[in-house]
Amino acid sequence: MMLQHRHAAHCESGVSAALLRQAGVDISEPMAFGLGRGLSFAYLPLIKMQGMPMVAYRSPPRAIIKAAAKPLGAQYEFKRFGSVQAGERALDAALDAGHIVGLQTSVFWLPYFPPDMRFHFNGHNLIVYGRDGDDYLISDPVFEDVVRCPRADLNRARFARGLLAPRGLMYFVRKVASAQVHGPDVLTAIRKTCGTMLAPVPIAGVKGIRLLAKKIDNLSVQDKDASLAFVGHVIRMQEEIGTGGAGFRFLYAAFLQEAAQITARTAFSRHADELLAIGDGWRAFALTTARMIRGREAFEPSKLAALLNGQADAELRFFTELRQNAQA
Amino acid sequence: MNQDEVPQEGNRALAGGRKAMYARTADGRVGVVPSTGWEVEETVTLQAVDALAALAQEALKRAHSGLASPLEYHMLARRMDVVLLAQSAGIWRWRVRRHLQPQRFQSLPNSYLNRYADALGMSVSELQTLPAQR
Repeated sequence: MMLQHRHAAHCESGVSAALLRQAGVDISEPMAFGLGRGLSFAYLPLIKMQGMPMVAYRSPPRAIIKAAAKPLGAQYEFKRFGSVQAGERALDAALDAGHIVGLQTSVFWLPYFPPDMRFHFNGHNLIVYGRDGDDYLISDPVFEDVVRCPRADLNRARFARGLLAPRGLMYFVRKVASAQVHGPDVLTAIRKTCGTMLAPVPIAGVKGIRLLAKKIDNLSVQDKDASLAFVGHVIRMQEEIGTGGAGFRFLYAAFLQEAAQITARTAFSRHADELLAIGDGWRAFALTTARMIRGREAFEPSKLAALLNGQADAELRFFTELRQNAQA
Repeated sequence: MNQDEVPQEGNRALAGGRKAMYARTADGRVGVVPSTGWEVEETVTLQAVDALAALAQEALKRAHSGLASPLEYHMLARRMDVVLLAQSAGIWRWRVRRHLQPQRFQSLPNSYLNRYADALGMSVSELQTLPAQR
């Protein structure tokens, strides 16, 4: 199977765009991300990953793939499996039938990941485009080039347990109805993203950012190691592999530029510039936090909280205006 | 962020790889710019990696003096905790906690050893041995 590998910032929007392109749709990673309503913010103190509460700058796994599919009339086949053997057989059969196949996997068991990046995170997505002997040929969008993965390792990564366990999830595109992205669908997607960011619930969107700011403000300066571990965790969710920088804000700015073209609304280009500036604010928050972790600056929770509240103010203005300009 | 502001500082955690960043390029378009890494990311990634490694080292030390089981060391060396190991091996959490005690681990039947070894991606004999202390 021929596949053009493209380097992407985020695994799910990268996989979504690649599968749709293979099915004949003209779509980029930022467009798949925007149409898939990938941008979000959620602070979920009760869901723990290795003892740390979930801080997500994005929507939950598979949301992008599903939301990007709908306006294009793309039909996916999703399959989960009760046993490793069944999952392995189905993957081989789909490959032999000429599909390129998306998989949800754990990061920890993928040997081609650098050792320091191998955490028990089960929400990774990648594409298998063929097999060669006992290796699968993999297009992992967050890597610059295609890679290989031995069968036993991929099986382990597909059937890892724990939070967001993939249970072997594989998916491929059955058919698509439209080869083009249409303006009205872009507007709907933007409005829905604004709706999430401005939602009247305390844990999501702008209010979620404020809740996180409050939590950071209350961190103990005495129990410095635990507090620094928490803020470090927040920055990892924002900047580590897979966000394109600033918790997906730069990626969404790229989408807004494309949206300006497709909808012929120049206001979106201006919004893209504004969002780049907001993204720089997130990067400044990350930099200050890292300086405190390194001990180059005194640990001052209130300073970090103030930076976060500044981001919340900027995003409240931004998404309110964006929503007005995205009316049908 | 503009293209020339995309950090190219290297990041030990990326092991020489580059990641895709989105930034404003010379023609004003926002597109992919590969980055060799940012010191900020390296700081927070290694902070997490080092914390997990410290837990494993501490368990190794206790295991060598007979205060912890090899199982506890290998669980932590695989960056797991009791909850994840229990789910991965299909064994109740409270039983896993008991099996972490050195005496109980010593007398574990093979059926359990096999499940732990499989969950941790190693052989039973590897599971029963400890690496030398660093």
